[in-house]
Amino acid sequence: MSTRTVLHDADIARALTRISHEILESNRGPDDLVILGIPTRGVTLAERIGALVSEFSGRSIPVGALDVTMYRDDLHRNPTRAPQPTEIPAGGIDGKTVVLVDDVLFSGRSIRAALDALQDIGRPAAVRLAILVDRGHRELPIRPDFVGKNLPSARDERVNVRLAEVDGVEEVTIGS
Amino acid sequence: MRHLLDTRTLSRADALRILDVAEDMADTQQREVKKLPTLRGKTVVNLFFEDSTRTRISFEAAAKRLSADVINFSAKGSSVSKGESLQDTAQTLQAMGADAVVIRHGASGAPQTLATSGWITAGVVNAGDGTHEHPTQALLDAFTVRKRFFGDDSRGRDLAGLRVVIVGDVLHSRVARSNVWLLTTLGAHVTLVAPPTLVPQDVSAWPVQVRYDLDDALDEGVDALMMLRIQLERMGAAYFPTEREYSRRWGLDAGRLARLATDSIVMHPGPMNRGLEISADAADSSRSTVLEQVTNGVSVRMAALYLLLAGERARAGEDGR
Repeated sequence: MSTRTVLHDADIARALTRISHEILESNRGPDDLVILGIPTRGVTLAERIGALVSEFSGRSIPVGALDVTMYRDDLHRNPTRAPQPTEIPAGGIDGKTVVLVDDVLFSGRSIRAALDALQDIGRPAAVRLAILVDRGHRELPIRPDFVGKNLPSARDERVNVRLAEVDGVEEVTIGS
Repeated sequence: MRHLLDTRTLSRADALRILDVAEDMADTQQREVKKLPTLRGKTVVNLFFEDSTRTRISFEAAAKRLSADVINFSAKGSSVSKGESLQDTAQTLQAMGADAVVIRHGASGAPQTLATSGWITAGVVNAGDGTHEHPTQALLDAFTVRKRFFGDDSRGRDLAGLRVVIVGDVLHSRVARSNVWLLTTLGAHVTLVAPPTLVPQDVSAWPVQVRYDLDDALDEGVDALMMLRIQLERMGAAYFPTEREYSRRWGLDAGRLARLATDSIVMHPGPMNRGLEISADAADSSRSTVLEQVTNGVSVRMAALYLLLAGERARAGEDGR
């Protein structure tokens, strides 16, 4: 039972700053960007990235939340999860470039669920994926466009992202 | 949650959980694509031994919006009219692989029997049993009150301090019973108003105040006024002299409507007897939540089916990222 911290608060801030610049660069500016976080911590990260992108581009970027609970394929294998609110910015997502944000990318199944959820809400021009920690072990052909940190891990290790707004502390840990 | 049988034993936390999930379900019903894939492959059986159109349709819509398969079973024209017992009917449904059974039955306690008998493994939802309970109606009423008074700020809130007055045939009303338990669990203050002949004998054990005069109750102040349907089909005996007298003393007419405070609401579980317990003015006024109650009913029933069917107990510890 050992746990070590792989990202401290300054590392997280740096990673989000870099991701925000990369989003603007790959989108060639702030036009038609919509940033959607996947609850719980993805929403917090989306808000931070949204604020940074707005700051760097001088344009207010719409940020929202996309709950994927009701689209998961593992609902029957886990205790009932309470759905979280979905908040789509007023402009909608039709024809926009949607950047999905989540804290950890593991099997890829949450992202598959998110793609299904998006399809029921509208038709974006493109969907990108921003992830704070990519820990590998994908079970689906899904790959992130923007990564804070690639973290090689064993399948049974636990990766925990804690954020100040949600958990009171700011760190990413890995442990067995 | 394994079954939803009554509101009397429903905890505050569970009640709020259902109402909060219903908020999420209501949000999804604003979208262009209202259907969610959540309960794909599950089978919901509507087992109705008593006639009901709106409750059955509401459950059917809720199950279909969650992509469950729905089988409607009504006693009329089925083997029940040939004398089949509840046990045999239930075991037939079990053999067909029902995941949830929504049951309405004329006998109080039938859903309880179904849930505890061991005849079936499916989750059981009580859609009204005799004069016992109708929990999803009470939940949608509570949801409607919360939504009207707190709007988008509803999540996580209870009904503390709100004054709800329930008027009419309390004696035969499972809606009134379910509402009494749920609303008081959520912190509301409940007053029952009825002719003395339509007040149950055991009402002194309920956490409510009883008034026999509607005008007295209105004078005390009311946030939500819930008019019950006079169930003419249950009126074998004479509980009040004439319909006109009932309407004059316990009906919501234009005069009583005008006395309500500006933000108070008028509710009715439907179907309404216009001109008897509720006047057309009241039913069609902006205070009336009758149609909201119907809309919210689908969301609340989606929440109940979701909480009953989506998860599986045990097998914890799987990381589903």
